Amino acid sequence: MDDIGQAFVAAIGLLLTGDGDLYQIAARSLFVTVTAIAIASAIGLPLGAWLALRRFPGRRSVIATLNALMGLPPVVVGLTLYLLLSRSGPLGALGLLYTPWAMIVAQIVIALPIIASIAHQVLRDLWAEYHDLLIALNATPLQRLRTLLWDGRRALLTAVLAGFGRAVGEVGAVMIVGGNIDQVTRVLTTAIALETSRGQFALALGLGLILLAIALLVNLGVHGLARTERRGRW
Amino acid sequence: MVRLEGASVRKRVGPLNLDIGAGTTVVLGPNGAGKTTLLRAIFGLDRLSTGRRHSADDRALGFVFQQPVLLRRSVRDNLAFPLGLRGADLTPVDAWLRRTGLTAQADLPANRLSGGERQLLALARALIAGPRLLLLDEPTAHLDGRATRLVEEVLMAAPCDKLLATHDLGQARRLADRVLFLHHGKLIEDAAGSAFFNRPTTSEARAFLAGDIVE
Repeated sequence: MDDIGQAFVAAIGLLLTGDGDLYQIAARSLFVTVTAIAIASAIGLPLGAWLALRRFPGRRSVIATLNALMGLPPVVVGLTLYLLLSRSGPLGALGLLYTPWAMIVAQIVIALPIIASIAHQVLRDLWAEYHDLLIALNATPLQRLRTLLWDGRRALLTAVLAGFGRAVGEVGAVMIVGGNIDQVTRVLTTAIALETSRGQFALALGLGLILLAIALLVNLGVHGLARTERRGRW
Repeated sequence: MVRLEGASVRKRVGPLNLDIGAGTTVVLGPNGAGKTTLLRAIFGLDRLSTGRRHSADDRALGFVFQQPVLLRRSVRDNLAFPLGLRGADLTPVDAWLRRTGLTAQADLPANRLSGGERQLLALARALIAGPRLLLLDEPTAHLDGRATRLVEEVLMAAPCDKLLATHDLGQARRLADRVLFLHHGKLIEDAAGSAFFNRPTTSEARAFLAGDIVE
C-alpha cells in the first residue's frame, strides 16, 4: 500500500510540475486518437447512414459483420496490420510501420465498426420514426439524409465518443505496429506498459491518471449528452 | 386531383375506382374497414397491389397522421421545416404560430406539447406547405372536445380540398361534403354528405349511422 501511495504522490508531483516527457506522450496520444477518430467518423457515419436508409442484397450480412467487428481483438488487428505494413508485406512500400500513421490506421480499424454500427442503429430508429413524414413532405433523398443526420446529431456524437473511448485506451495493436519508440510512437497506453515493466510506477501512474482523465471526460460528455437527449429528446 | 382505377392494396382494400375532387371528402367506416390503407394508397405512401393511381401533382398533396410525427426540434423549427425543404421564405411561420395559439411555446421542444397541441402543430406544418389536397388520418381520434374543435377550425379555414378518415360520426356530419363509406375494404357507398346521412342505401351504413356494432 505504501508503494502505491508513494507512486501516487510522485505521479501528482510529475503532473503538477509539468513533466515534459509525460505531456509529450499525452499530446501524441491525443494526436493519434483524434486523427484516427476523425477519419473513422468520416467513413463510419456515412456508412451507418447508408446501411440505415438503403436496401440492397447482402445488407443484413454487412450489418452482422459490422456488429461482429465491434469486438475485434486489437492484437489480431495489430498482427494483421503488421503483416500488411512490414517491408515484405503488400503495403510495405508505404513505409508506415513504426510511425504514428500505422497506429492511426490501427485505431481506425478498431473504432470504425463501433462508430458505423452505432450510427446505423441510431439512424435506423430515427428513419423508422421519420419515414412517412419525410415522404409526405416530399423531401428529396439528400434532404432526408440531412434531416436524419441533424436530428440524430447528439446520438451520433455519442457513437463518435464511444469510438474515441475504445481507441484511446487501446494498447495491443498500437504496440505491435507502432513499436513504442521513444519520441516517435510512444503513447499513453504503451508508455504505461513500458514504465510498469521497468518499475517506474510514478511515471506509469501519472500517465495512467492522464489517460483516466481523458476517458472520464469522454464518458462525462456521453453522459451529459444522454441527459440532454432524455430531457427534451433532442 | 387523385384518381384510383381498379385499385387494391394487399387484399385489405379494393378493388375500387375513386376520384378525389373538390371540397371535404370524409372516409367513414368501422375500425379495420381499411380507411388508413386507402388514404396511404391515395397519397402514394403505399403501393397498389393492382390497378393504377393518377395524381395531378404529388407535391401538392399533404398528409396528417393519426399519431402526429414531430421532428426532434422546437415548435418553430417544425413549422419552418417544409418551407426550408423548398427554400421558401420563413415569414409565414409566425402567422401560423398565432393561428394555432402556439406562439408562447414556439421555442419549446415540440415533444413537450400536449396531445391536442401536437396535432395542431402537425396540421399547421402540413398546411404551411400550401397543399391543394390535404389527407388526414383520424387526426382527432385521441383528442378531447376542445382540442378537436381547434383542429377542425384550423382545418376548415384552410383553402384546400380535404380527404379525412374518421369514425367520428359527429365530425363527419359537421365537415363532410361527400362521404365514402368503407366496409371490409370495399367502397360500399359514395354519396353527398346530406344524402348519406339522410338516405343511406346499404344496411351496413344504416347500422353504422344508427350506432349499431358493424363487423
